[in-house]
Formats: sequence, structure tokens, C-alpha cells
Amino acid sequence: MDDEKVLTRHLGAPGLTTVGGYEKVGGYQGLRKAIQMGPEAIVAEVKASGLRGRGGAAFPTGTKWGFLPKDVFPRYLCVNADESEPGCFKDRVLMEEFPHQLLEGVLIAAYALQVTHAFIYIRGEYRFQRELLERAAKEAYRAGYAGKGVLGTKWDCELIVHGGAGAYICGEETALLNSLEGRRGQPRLKPPFPAVKGLYGQPTVVNNVETLSNLPYIVTEGGARYAALGTEASPGTRLFCVSGHVERPGTFEVPMGKTTFRDLLELAGGVWRGRQFKAMQPGGGSMQVLGPQHLDVPLDFKAVAEAGSSLGAGALVVMDDSTCLVDVASRLVDFYRHESCGKCVPCREGTYFESELMHRLEAGIASRAELAELSDICANMEGRCFCPLGDTATWFVMSALRMFPEEFESHCGAGRCPVRAGSEVAA
Amino acid sequence: MVEADHTDALNPATLARIRQMRDLYPSPRSAVLPALWAIQDELAYLPAWSLEVVATELGLLAGDVEAVSSFYSMYFNHQPGRHQIQVCRNVSCGLRGSDELLRHLENWLGVEDGGTTTDGAFTLEGTVECLGACGGAPMMQVDRFSYENLNPERAEEVLTKIRNSEPRDLD
Ligand SMILES: Cc1cc2nc3c(=O)[nH]c(=O)nc-3n(C[C@H](O)[C@H](O)[C@H](O)COP(=O)(O)O)c2cc1C
Repeated sequence: MDDEKVLTRHLGAPGLTTVGGYEKVGGYQGLRKAIQMGPEAIVAEVKASGLRGRGGAAFPTGTKWGFLPKDVFPRYLCVNADESEPGCFKDRVLMEEFPHQLLEGVLIAAYALQVTHAFIYIRGEYRFQRELLERAAKEAYRAGYAGKGVLGTKWDCELIVHGGAGAYICGEETALLNSLEGRRGQPRLKPPFPAVKGLYGQPTVVNNVETLSNLPYIVTEGGARYAALGTEASPGTRLFCVSGHVERPGTFEVPMGKTTFRDLLELAGGVWRGRQFKAMQPGGGSMQVLGPQHLDVPLDFKAVAEAGSSLGAGALVVMDDSTCLVDVASRLVDFYRHESCGKCVPCREGTYFESELMHRLEAGIASRAELAELSDICANMEGRCFCPLGDTATWFVMSALRMFPEEFESHCGAGRCPVRAGSEVAA
Repeated sequence: MVEADHTDALNPATLARIRQMRDLYPSPRSAVLPALWAIQDELAYLPAWSLEVVATELGLLAGDVEAVSSFYSMYFNHQPGRHQIQVCRNVSCGLRGSDELLRHLENWLGVEDGGTTTDGAFTLEGTVECLGACGGAPMMQVDRFSYENLNPERAEEVLTKIRNSEPRDLD
């Protein structure tokens, strides 16, 4: 599609990972302009853009910034680069291809919020990307975009790249703050929200990598122009990660609201191997499954919610007609069991029972009574966990059970997986 | 009881890095994870005494540091293989054959998920988080690099190359 791009507009420009290469395509002009505009005007521009958080919860960015109490300093900015949602790899692309676009966005936000320390919390597995960002940050310091007296002003800003060490939960913003403070990465009770009491007990904004990577465009081109790229209810563009059973998996930047799941599927070359579409999981591992009847739903927050799922962190995992939904659900539940942080009982014990049962079901040795128990376990988790990790550990399973009840039932007492036994195993 | 002083056992550059981190953050405690990384980069794992060094340097109790390090799955408390193979088996990779890939590597390397080859070259891990490379599924990460769109033969090739080029890769 030839729609205007924001995040990937410089794709293919030479030397983009260096300050010089990025400056050649207008890089860091947004930061210069932002400093001239002043903090209030930047916040107003971000509000006008309608930008909503790309980390999963889709909270309006300008509004979140507005929650910082006036005159309480120091304040902190934390960039969420923990990207661990199954099916998501967009932040990785943004960091590998456009590291300075991210840093410029971080610095614009830091200036708007008047913070002197911006932390980029990047997952431990992204070691290569961490080093890439560290190098980019060093360059930004040398060029005068970070450090003492940014661009000749009185504003100092430290850019600190902080590596995590393997824990999905550290993507949850309050767990991230604990981890950044040198503690076990377990979530904190909200309220108080980070905007009021965050890092070191000070007002803190946590924003996702993609959210912030939009800022250079919004500041240079204007919030209204950004908003107009999408629809009124779903402004701007978004980088979607399409994977699974498609011909050409990858990331695709598309306008929000105007694009459908089917469009995304086509961008990725359609279902692979000439097979039929069976199901898809938008948003990432946490989100509910959708079926063929939803392919024409637009990438609009409300429309996807009405279809029974969410755009979450911008993923789309496609499953063809050879897929066993019980197998997929079991895989996801194993993941949540492994990643449950252990803080609250419903999540820690719930994911354990859930996964033990899923293994029996998958192997065809669970009874129908046990299948009923699965619903019971999930009902006892949802809404009762300390943080959303435990809730989301039930969403795919329960939605798949609702959409494909026969598939789950046919596993009961079958002695093996009836779906995969009949078809060749994908390899 | 007088604790032995282990600061000498670390490379001075590692110690300097820990102190630099301690001074960089508004609170020294924030340097725990970076300090543990610095040590693991040098020693490949975190022996118990190294946690005491971190505690001393950052003004914490050793037990406190251990409580933190044990939370995170990427810190080792024993010597792993010289290279760490992580095979992603989350949804997107699972849909494109990661289970078969892991099974093949287990056979080929003669280890099970979590094990280390007898020559100490590789630790194989098949129980990891989604590694964020779903566009290239199935994939594995060896140390810090991703190898994507794998089949068993290609994975063997990659690992053979790494094994054969070991001295250069050891740094
Ligand atoms: C279990 C869990 C994991 C999360 N993982 C991530 C993540 O990896 N990256 C991210 O940006 N947000 C993640 N979030 C959402 C964050 O808590 C937070 O909403 C987000 O970083 C805010 O940034 P945004 O407003 O720019 O989206 C996660 C939330 C939960 C509950």
C-alpha cells in the first residue's frame, strides 16, 4: 500500500543507525523544534495527534502525560522496550532499523515532561539490540542531543539503557519499575499509578518504544496530520507484526481504522501453502482468538473489541486449517505458567492447574468432566489476579473453547490429538 | 565470621564497570541487574561469592542480591556451555515447526532441553520466552544473535560453524 508512513518512512535510507545518516533524512529536527515549542505546546500536539499507547493498553498518550502532578520533581521517563508479548517483534524492528528515531522520540518526551533521566528498559534476550541502543545513545551524547545542556539549553538529560534479564512480567509497567530499582520484577498495587508515584516514588511516565517513535513525526508534521492518517476513532498508523501460517511474515505499517485484518493477511502474502484460513490471534499471545468471520473487521480499537478481542500490542498470528487450537492454547498456557511471577495465588496456582489440564487434553487423556474444570479454573482466575498477566492467561483458551467447542471435546478420551493425527505435521 | 574479600577475583574492568553503574543511577540499588550482567559477561555465570561482591559494592545484603538474581531466568548459578542456544517454541514458531527443530537438535547434540553438551560447547534451551523474531519463525538465538527461517539442516550448519570458529568467538 502507498499510504503515508510514519515509523518506517525512512526505511532504506543509508546509514540510518548512525546520527549522521539519521540527520540526513531530517533526524533530530523534531527535537530542535520541540525545544522551541516548549513543553506545553508539545503536550498539546501529542493530544491533538490522538496517539494511543502501543504497548497493549492503548491509553491516550497525551492524557497520560497530563496526569503528572505539577511542580513535583524529579520526574522520570521509562521506555518500555521489554517487548515479550508472544507474536510481537515490532519494537525490535524499530530499535534495529531506526534507533535514533526512538532516541529522538524519547528526548522529545523527556523535554515535554521535563525529566532529567530517561531509562530504556530492554529485555535481556535483546542483548544485541541493547548494545545497538547503547552505541546510538553514546552518539546522541556526542552530538549534543543528550547529556549536559542539550542543544545549548539549560536542560540536562541522561539516557540510560537498562538491560532486563529474562522475565515477561517486567513488561508490566510497575514490575518494570521494581526491576529498574534493582528488585524482583513483581507488580505493584495500583493506585498509586506511576504518574503519581513511580520510579523511586517520584512521578513517572512509562511509554512503549513504538509510542515514542511516533513523536518526531508528530512534532515536525503536526498532530493533526498524524491523526488524519487513520480514522477519527483510531488515529495514525501502526506497525503490525504478522506471523504464523502466512507466505511472507513480517512487520507492516498501515493506517489504523482504514485497514482490515484481510488487508494485513494479504500484505503478508496470504495463508501459506494454498491452505485455508482457520483462525487468527490479534494483539499478541494474551488476546482472544478470532475466526474467518472477522477477517473484514477494521483495525479499529472499538471494532476489534466488539468482535471479542483486542489490538493489544499489534500482532497478528495466523493459523491455517491444519492447526490444532488445543495445541496452540496449551503452548500459550505453558508460557504464562512459566512467566507467572508468583506474587498472587490465583495466577501462580491457576496457570499451573490450567497447564496440567491442557497437557492431558492435548494428549487425549482428559475426560469431559476435566474440560468443564478448565472453564472453572479460568473463571476463578479472571478478574481475581493481582495484575493482568493472570487474566490474560485465560483469554485465548476460553475464547478458543467458545469458538471451537467440538475441537476441545473431540480431544476428550481420544487417546491422542485428533486434529494433528489426521493431517501432516507442519514443518 | 569474617567474609573473604573477593573483589580481587574479578577483572578490574568489571569492577570499574560496576562502580560506574552504581554512580550512574539516582539510586545505587538500580545497578544490581547491570552489575550482575557485568559479572556474568566475565565469568559466564554468577558464583555465590560474586553476589557478595555486588552486595558490598552497592551497599546491600548478599541475600538481597540473591533474591533478585534468582528471580530472573537469564542469570546462571552454574557454569553453562560456552554458547547458549535458545530455541523459541512460542505460538508463531510452534506453528512453523519449532518442536521438530528442538527434537532434532536434542538428538543431534545428544542433550535434552536444558542440558550442556559433553564438550561444553553448547547449552540447549527450549523453554524460553517468545524471542521476538516471529517473522523468521522457526528461529533460535545463539548467544546474542538470531538465526531465522530454520530447518534442521540449516540449524546444524549454523551450529557447526560456531563450533568450528570457537577461539574467535570466545571473547
Ligand atoms: C503482563 C504484562 C506485560 C506487558 N508487557 C509489555 C511490553 O513488553 N511492552 C510494553 O510496551 N508494554 C507492556 N505492557 C503494558 C505496560 O504495562 C504499559 O501499559 C505500557 O508500557 C505503557 O506504554 P504505552 O502507553 O506507550 O503503551 C505489559 C502489561 C502487562 C500486564
